[in-house]
Parts: sequence; structure tokens; C-alpha cells
Amino acid sequence: MLEMKNITKTFFPGTVNEKVALKGIDLTLEDGDFVTIIGGNGAGKSTLLNAISGVWKPDCGQVIIDGIDVTHLPEYKRAKYLGRVFQDPMMGTAKDMEIEENLALALRRGKRRTLKWRISKAEREEYRRILADLDLGLETRMTHKVGLLSGGQRQAVTLLMATLNTPKLLLLDEHTAALDPKTAAKVLEITDRIVEKDHLTTLMITHNMQDAIDHGNRLIMMHEGKVIIDVKGEEKKKLTVPDLLAMFANASGKAFTNDRAMLS
Amino acid sequence: MSILNWLGALPGAAAQGIIWGIMAIGVYFTYKILDVADLTVDGSICTGGAVCAVLMTAGMDAWLAMLIAVVAGVLCGLLTGVFHTLMGIPAILAGILTQLILWSVNLKIMGQANMALPSRSFDVLVAASRVGVSLPILIVFVVVLIALLYCFLGTELGAALRSTGCNLNMSRAQGINVELIKVLGLALSNGVVALSGALLTQYQGFADINMGRGAIVIGLAAVIIGEVVTSRLANSNFVKKIGIGYAFRLLGVVIGGVIYFFVYQTVVFLGLDTDLLKMLSALVVAVFLAVPYWKKKYLSSPHKKAAVSAGCTNDAVKEDESNA
Repeated sequence: MLEMKNITKTFFPGTVNEKVALKGIDLTLEDGDFVTIIGGNGAGKSTLLNAISGVWKPDCGQVIIDGIDVTHLPEYKRAKYLGRVFQDPMMGTAKDMEIEENLALALRRGKRRTLKWRISKAEREEYRRILADLDLGLETRMTHKVGLLSGGQRQAVTLLMATLNTPKLLLLDEHTAALDPKTAAKVLEITDRIVEKDHLTTLMITHNMQDAIDHGNRLIMMHEGKVIIDVKGEEKKKLTVPDLLAMFANASGKAFTNDRAMLS
Repeated sequence: MSILNWLGALPGAAAQGIIWGIMAIGVYFTYKILDVADLTVDGSICTGGAVCAVLMTAGMDAWLAMLIAVVAGVLCGLLTGVFHTLMGIPAILAGILTQLILWSVNLKIMGQANMALPSRSFDVLVAASRVGVSLPILIVFVVVLIALLYCFLGTELGAALRSTGCNLNMSRAQGINVELIKVLGLALSNGVVALSGALLTQYQGFADINMGRGAIVIGLAAVIIGEVVTSRLANSNFVKKIGIGYAFRLLGVVIGGVIYFFVYQTVVFLGLDTDLLKMLSALVVAVFLAVPYWKKKYLSSPHKKAAVSAGCTNDAVKEDESNA
């Protein structure tokens, strides 16, 4: 479903701030893979997702989604294939627009936007149904502005928006990091449910090692712009946090440092 | 007697207010919806007026002349859009550049610095000399315009325009070509502004190279006044229920324009030096723009609340000081 070949990216080349963010990443995801990504501060996790979504062009390498080479497509054109949820709950929704308007925007991802007027009744019923599935009471507040919702509610709506028009690839960039533990658990539960239902190929960055182990069928750990650990299947199911820390120390020659990961 | 003079001037002020209110709708589209401050309007309002004056003196029908004026305005907006998106020039500067270009273009269109379009010789739609007829025409005109623009905002494309102004990242992630949408918004806005220029030229009986000077400030004033006047109504449950908040907001902008000209008429009537009017308008707009900033800075202070809940009240600080 996704193929990344030798993706390399250096930020601020030729300056004192030069930072090699990705060092020749090769990564292949099978259809239906749910991969969790973990790594220390500045390991290149978000940079990896941005390479896929086209926030910038890589210095070299190729990104292929479902057989289509998207390396040179601008961000808004790649959006057709991708569902994205960001770390900041404010980032994934338009706060001045109603919940149903946000969903309507998302339903038209990858399609031509025309002068067709208003949201149809059938469409609205569909929104009501999927909002009710969230079990957050949002189905009765469809004409409320998204800006009135809590962070967790906004992330849940963003998740719906990312998956409403089924994407080839779902990209979750620490989408629960800004939420309190209880809400984060709820959003993760919703994530699992949606991914399961639509059999979505998913990449999820998390700072929580336990979450990385508990969710998905494959786990990769990044360090200094490289994938240093890649565990899948049965081996991943048996994994524990101490295992992971030991594997990291072994692979990188250092102790794992991520302030937030250590705390959680 | 003088009170009667003042009252007699009000219909004229209302007509002018509506015409400038239409211009302010254009400003609303960029400033409020697209979140871009577009200074093209100072030039494009004159472009609309100049095109209308030239075409009508050449014998063209008023409606057709206005349509072509709108097209000219759309082109002005496209130019600013190209400067901004393709050439990466900040929106404010892009608008200023187009404004300066339009100064020359407008002179070339008219062939001189001003051009008369007397209502007694030409079949104009609205004229200051017949306010009684012009005012109802303008009211119908503006209601139809608001209805059209309101419908546009409800379309898929209109929603993309609103989301682009609200959240660029999210809009890109939802596959919206935000650069194209910005150009579209600027073009639409300046089309509306040029329309108001064409109406203004007919109404006052001439087009003038200086007619747009400070238009952006009048537009902002109308937008701000309109917001204050209609915010409660536009956000009321009834309006929300029938889902026409934007129609009310656009109407509010026009009402803002009318109030602006009522105030203008009144201060002129009270004998204020008209040379000072532009300065006063700008100062009033500056204060109004500052209000939300001041509110945020001095009135609602979440950090204070956070400080209290964290246990560091002012008293605690004082104690520390006395201990020291």
C-alpha cells in the first residue's frame, strides 16, 4: 500500500542549523498494516509522516502510495489518498465552521468542489449516524461550531474527517498527545474501531510505548532519522516496554531519551 | 430649518451608505472570510467606476457596463492573487502593488483624471439627483446581491473558501488547493468592489482617479460597525436554526456602511472641518481594531485564573516581598 524508497531529507542545509532529519528511509507497508511508530525527540517520526503527506519534497527517494508515485505531487493533491490527524486538536478542524460543515469538507476530499449547494438530507443522516457511533453526544450538536468542542471531541471529529472518504493510508501524528489520559484512551479506542471497520492501512506515531505495543500489528522505532527496530506479528504481541528499551539500547548504543515517553 | 436640512440629507446618506456597503461586502470577503488584508480595493473601486463611465459615455447600457466593470474588478483581484500566490509576495504588499498599477491603468482607461457621467444625459441606474427612486433600487439590488453571495458561501466552493480562511493546514489536508482558493476569493472580492465603484460613479455623476483613496478604511469601518450592530442577531438561535447567519452578517456590513454615512453626514452638518474626516475615520477604525486585542490582553486573563488555581495569589507574592 505504501512504499518509501531511500527517503532523505536535510533541513537548513549548509547552515549552522543543518539537520539531517531522515537518512535513507526504506519502508513498505502491506495493505491493512497498522504500524505504530515510536522514537526519541527529533528521531524523525513527524518528518516521516510529512514526507508521505507532502508538506515538503524529499532531497531524494520516492514515495509510492498504492502503486502511484506521489513524490512530486503537491500536498493538496496527495490528500486524495491520505487521511491525517495532527497532534494539535486545533489543527485538524475549521473552528469557525459547523461540525457538519467540517465533515462535508472532508467528504469531498480528492473530489472537485463545485457550486453544488448545501448538504443533502441523506448526507446529513450519514453524519448523524457516524457521530452517534462516537458516543460523545455530538450527533445532537451537528450545527454547532467546532470551536466550541473540547480537544478530545475535536480529535474524534478529525478522525471521522480523515476516514469519512476512505483513505488509502491513515496518518496519525501523536493524535492523543495533547489530551488527558482518559480522553486519550477514548480517542485511541475510537481509532482502533475505525481502523478495524474499514481495514485501513495506518501509521500512528505515539510517545507512549505501551500504546505502541497494544495497538497495531507492527511496531517500528526510529532514531536519528533511521528505522532501527521493526517488529511485527507474533513477536510484537509478546513485546513489553522493558524489552523495547533494551532493544533500543542495543540498536542505538544509547539509553532511550524522550521526556514524555519516560513519564508515561 | 437646519434640522430639516439634516433630515433631508439622510436618504442621500443612506444611498451612499448602501453603495459603499457593497464595497465593504467585498472587504468582508477578504478581511473576514479569507483572513487576508487586501488593499487592492482602493484601486479596483476606481477601475469599476472608470470602466462604467467610459462604456456608458460611449453609449452602452448601464447593466452591461456594470457587468464589464465587475469583470475588470475580477481581473484586478486576479493580479493581486498572482502576486500573492505565484510570486510569494505578502498579501498586503501585493495589494499595494496592484493599487499602484491600477492608478496608471485607471488614468489610461479614462484618458484623464476624471470623467463626467451626468444623469440628465445618460440613462443611469441610480443618481443623487433622484434619491427617491435610487434608494429603493439600491435596496433591492443589495438584497439580491447578498442572497447570491450567501448562496455561494453555502456551496462546496464557498465552504472551501471559508475553511481556507479559517485553517490553512486543515484545508490542505482535505485536498483544497488553498492558493487557487485565495486567488478566487481576491477576484470575487474585487469584482464586488468594482460593482460598487460602477454604482458610485453613476450615483455621483462622475468617476475620479481619487475616488478610491481610503476606501479600505471605509470598508473596514463598515465591517466593524456592522459586526457590532448585528452580531447578536446573527448569532441568535433563531437565525442559526434557519441557518442564515452569513446573510445577516453581510446585511450587517451594508448597515454598517449606512451608519458610517449617517455619522459622516451628521459631523459635516455639525460643522466639522471635512479635511479631517479621513483622519478621524482611520482613528476610529484603529481604535475598533484594537478593542479585541485589548480585551484579550487586559480583560480576560486566563493566566491570572491559572495563577490563582495554582495557589500563587497576589497576597502570596506580597508576603514574599515582606519576608525579603
